[in-house]
Amino acid sequence: MALLANKRPATFAERLSDPGWRNRCLRNVIVPWLFILPLLLIHVVVVAVPAVQGVYMSLTDWTGFREANFIGLENYRVLFFEDEAFAEGIRNNLSWMSFFLTVPFILALFCSSVLAQIKRFGMVYRSLLFIPYVLASVVTATIWRNLLSPRKGIGAALADIGIAGLDIPWLGRQETALMSIAFIDNWHFWGFLMILFLAAMQAIPPALYDAAKIDGANRWQEWRHVTLPGIRPIVLFMFMMVAIWSFLAWDYIWILTQGGPAGSSDVIATHLYRNAFLRSLSGYGAAQGVVISIFAGFIIMIFVMLRRRGWDI
Amino acid sequence: MSAVGKISLRGGLLPRRGARERSRLLVFNHAVLILLTAFAVMPLLVLAFNSVKTNAEIGLNPLGPPTQVIAENYASAWERGDFATTMGNSVVYVVATIAAELVLGGLAAYALARRKPPGSDMLMLYFLVASTVPVWMYIVPLFVQFRAWGLLNTMHGLVIVYVAMNAPLTIFLLRSYMIDLPGELEDAARVDGANEFQVFTRIVLPLSKPGFLTVGLVVGLGVWNEFFLALTFIHDPSMFPITTSFYKFTDRFSRDWALTSAGAIIVIFPIVALFLALQRQFIEGLAEGGVKT
Repeated sequence: MALLANKRPATFAERLSDPGWRNRCLRNVIVPWLFILPLLLIHVVVVAVPAVQGVYMSLTDWTGFREANFIGLENYRVLFFEDEAFAEGIRNNLSWMSFFLTVPFILALFCSSVLAQIKRFGMVYRSLLFIPYVLASVVTATIWRNLLSPRKGIGAALADIGIAGLDIPWLGRQETALMSIAFIDNWHFWGFLMILFLAAMQAIPPALYDAAKIDGANRWQEWRHVTLPGIRPIVLFMFMMVAIWSFLAWDYIWILTQGGPAGSSDVIATHLYRNAFLRSLSGYGAAQGVVISIFAGFIIMIFVMLRRRGWDI
Repeated sequence: MSAVGKISLRGGLLPRRGARERSRLLVFNHAVLILLTAFAVMPLLVLAFNSVKTNAEIGLNPLGPPTQVIAENYASAWERGDFATTMGNSVVYVVATIAAELVLGGLAAYALARRKPPGSDMLMLYFLVASTVPVWMYIVPLFVQFRAWGLLNTMHGLVIVYVAMNAPLTIFLLRSYMIDLPGELEDAARVDGANEFQVFTRIVLPLSKPGFLTVGLVVGLGVWNEFFLALTFIHDPSMFPITTSFYKFTDRFSRDWALTSAGAIIVIFPIVALFLALQRQFIEGLAEGGVKT
């Protein structure tokens, strides 16, 4: 056994001269990486590199054209201690989040529970309830801008049959603008949540329901002790995602009010957009982008910690 | 709970709920579902009604069905909104993004699922972390970079951004699909002398078709409806996709509800038609995609 005598590991040069090794290396390392590389490269150039640049840019007073001066945390100081509008933006993001962590979840949980119990027309309901989710935001916004119009919308029609008080300019008043936009976005969104919950419910083994029935559980107990535990992971996961998305909210607000009236529906992202793209305050806008990311990272951290503590997410 | 202990049809010793209770429950369920479905569909119905009314009739009857059908609204919207151009542009954005995403994502997912070269785990971690980075974190530097490279205001520039942003989702979906495929066929092909590329195109690709369809639908829907990046990166109206052009269109004709309603129907018609044709794939694909991102 001459092979066993040679226990010394081969040097790199020796391996390189071994055609079998070269072939294996090509097959198992180089070719697979060549398959991965094009998409990875595009992603690094479009996402990773600019993300790092964004952090640096947030520490400068760059306006997008002339030279950038390094100013340390000045942008952040102004953001948190001087920019009143930014503070209102954060508050609005938090209202947005409290809306989206309750209303669509309650609607979706209720609707999917009801839908899971029926067999007839189940597919028809499912499809029709999902349609708003495939519509473009610009179209959804147009539909509801008309429906919420004080003179020709739903409010006016209700006033005609004696239900007064709802024919107000929902999107034009400071007190109602933000929540009206949230309502519109939610009309588009909640069906998606419902479908996710429904899919999770349908994946629960029927034997569990039979067992619950043997134990004499009523419908509520069945839902509480079989359905809810079964869909808990997806509900909690979507809680995290929706919380993150709440800090990214932009399109419906921009399309419908651009943050108005008088900043009452402004969120961090609409500020950022205005600063970076309309006022060319690139450094300041980048700082706001970093703040949004910190909020998102913070939410992820909370969930990772809960998971470490044994939560089933 | 009358018939406790009766043998149920499903074969177990289950207490059967009374038939009356059951049917009462079903009535309640259907009533709730009809209400919620109306909430989802009625606004679309009103939009469709208004798209075939005159503005005078919308003023008198803004919610109900039309008394007479004015189909000319569509021709007028099609022309004044320049939908021939912008719908064509949207088709280009969608097709180009899906094609690039499926080819590049398919290759990458194949390597990560079936070949697992050293560093694969690190790479999956990279994509996982990257998929949580909000677009707001990098949009400003990306915009500046694209301006410097002359990619601003070009169709291929926007497609590159779309391909990059959908990359993590594509890789997660396709990889999880390919990882479940049995390995014997690939081994057999290799024994027969197929190279890596042939194994990919002849064996893995045909077996992963449903995965590719899912990614195509999810990415395609996202690009067709995409608004923010298109608004930010494309300023020349001749290159607008349908969303940003419709946005400017509603701005310009904000008082002409008949015209904008017809335009809105034109924007959503292809997607709603495709959705109704491929409901199951759409719903399951988006549900899967939503969980994976």
